[in-house]
Amino acid sequence: MISVGIWIVYPAIRTFARSFFDRSGTDFVWFDNYRTVFTSSTLLTAIKNNAIWVGVVPALVTSIGLVLAVLTERVRFAVAFRIAIFMPMAISLFAAGVIWRIEYDQAPERGAINAVIAGVHDAIVPPGALPSALPSTTALAGSPRQGFVLRTPTEPGELALLGLTGILPQDVARSAKQATLPQPQPGAIAGVAWRDFRPGGGTSGVVEREELGLPGLTVELRDRAGRKVGTTSTGANGTFRFPKLESGEYEVAIGAASFRQPFGGLSWLGPKLITPAVIAAYTWIWAGFALVIIAAGLAAIPRDLLDAARTDGATEWQVFRRITVPLLAPVLTVVFVTMLINVLKVFDIILAVAPDSVQADANVIALAMWRASFGGVNDFGLGSAIAVVLFLMVVPILALNVRRFRREL
Amino acid sequence: MDSTLPVGKAPTALGRGLAARVFRIARVLPIQVGLAAVAVLWMLPTVGLLLTSLLARDDFNSIGWWKIFTEPSLATFENYRALFANHAITSSLVTTTVVAVGGTILPLLIAAAGAYAFAWLDFPGRDWLFVGLVGLMVVPVQMALIPIFQLYNVTGLFDTAAGLILFHTAFGLPFATFLLRNYMIGIPGELLDAARIDGASELRVFLWLILPLAKPALASLAVFQFLWVWNDLLVALVFGRRTQPITVAIFTQLSQFDANIAIISTGAFVSLVVPLTVFLAFQRYFVRGLLAGAVK
Repeated sequence: MISVGIWIVYPAIRTFARSFFDRSGTDFVWFDNYRTVFTSSTLLTAIKNNAIWVGVVPALVTSIGLVLAVLTERVRFAVAFRIAIFMPMAISLFAAGVIWRIEYDQAPERGAINAVIAGVHDAIVPPGALPSALPSTTALAGSPRQGFVLRTPTEPGELALLGLTGILPQDVARSAKQATLPQPQPGAIAGVAWRDFRPGGGTSGVVEREELGLPGLTVELRDRAGRKVGTTSTGANGTFRFPKLESGEYEVAIGAASFRQPFGGLSWLGPKLITPAVIAAYTWIWAGFALVIIAAGLAAIPRDLLDAARTDGATEWQVFRRITVPLLAPVLTVVFVTMLINVLKVFDIILAVAPDSVQADANVIALAMWRASFGGVNDFGLGSAIAVVLFLMVVPILALNVRRFRREL
Repeated sequence: MDSTLPVGKAPTALGRGLAARVFRIARVLPIQVGLAAVAVLWMLPTVGLLLTSLLARDDFNSIGWWKIFTEPSLATFENYRALFANHAITSSLVTTTVVAVGGTILPLLIAAAGAYAFAWLDFPGRDWLFVGLVGLMVVPVQMALIPIFQLYNVTGLFDTAAGLILFHTAFGLPFATFLLRNYMIGIPGELLDAARIDGASELRVFLWLILPLAKPALASLAVFQFLWVWNDLLVALVFGRRTQPITVAIFTQLSQFDANIAIISTGAFVSLVVPLTVFLAFQRYFVRGLLAGAVK
């Protein structure tokens, strides 16, 4: 009892008193520290973020736990499954944060999450053959974003020369060969798309030795009205051909799809996505807690009640909605309230996941308290005030807990 | 759904049983496959950490851990060798162990004695005191950091393992006492009375009767408190400088994440092996404690 007194009760009172003093602890400043808490932009961000946490996490964790608990109920490997989901609970929030920091890496080559998104993204929208290019002569107009088009219309039997430059050597496909000028053919438009650049000079607009063809580009043929009448792609030496054309004038263009950027990765650890990213990691940890508690509650529900409802023709959804959930309400409340307390105090995982540069954007109250008191600023007055604010937010839950407990006593 | 089967028209009992079984499997199978996928997904990040820690220093920046699945030769124990050769890390592991063990045993002993008093001894204001204690469970650690920081600076407990242990003891006590008292109150009173009539002192009753009987609850708590202290970052960050547990040691590397990824990933994995082992070995107790308390 004495030790509890020394380490909890006395400090709590001291903190409360200290929050009315200034940084050095000598001047009594009334509510100045509290004014700072509710006016400075970093602390307002912390409060706003904490509000997001409170609004999202308890509900999310409870519902994931509920769904998984109901689903595992009739599955044979339920115990193994629960251990798998529950495992992150044993890991420190900090180590879990390190885990997710690695998975959230922006580069799809390193970060698993962006790698998965990139895989899906590039399968649906394949990246182009070249990341960027410029026209080598004024004969071509346009940009990689819009695609390129020959300014002068081409007629069957003529050649279309699509010279591009501004291409990094490593961006040229490995299969690329020396560009060749195709033979013109009556009734067909042939042409070549090539890297119109030779180290040490060369003439632009002319296919020369040591200039590579650009394979894999999408070449479009449009009639005078701008309608697409054909597409083909360039070969290893950059050549392409539209055979059997009616006479007339055509536009030859390289489609913008040829220059589509591959997926570069979402910046999960950037200022915009950091809070959702940390929340997801946190949910990963606590879902197992909700699952285990709710599963235990579920096991206590009398089977016959559910079976009776099913025999009466209730669908699984109705059974879930009308019987399971109401009967589980006390258990769900316990999980929800526990998560509420946890979320108000969330700290370690943000410190681990958020890089220094975005910690201000990911800030929450507990983190702000630490940063103000021990993170270099050493303003114990402000730190105490933040601690008191945190405490006051927990008090209603504390009252609830004591009440619930006294009912049990 | 089962009730919609055409009960009367089933051709044979055997056929009907088979059909019902196929039907049931077909209904449960997608759930099972889905759940198995979720379980794998859930474990993948941890596996990712392990595999990342096995990557060679030069490979961190160019490839992801999943490449090891297709090219197992990429894996190397070089980082672990370097980690255990690093004096700062090994000493932080010792600190973590000392603090976690001390921070588990001490509060457990005190809480057991306190819980016995709350459960079986009569003293004035007992129930109110207990309610107050339970209320303290939700006092955030943050409320105590600054004053204790100042107190430790004066008393010389700052930057010592003892300081960390005492702090964890104090904040572990309310929950431990709560859980143990609720458990001990379930011990039949006749048992205690019989021992007392036989002339056993309160101390004897406590040591030879109550403690052995409360073993399951003590085990739950021990697992709980151990994981709690082992995994702590905040308290150690505030009260330690040179006496730093592994979490703090890794934390100091974080500001240059990409450059220190070898030591960070390896250290993080080492730091989670112990709690994970404890959890897997004693998960029954852990879950039981969780169900009994569910408030910490």
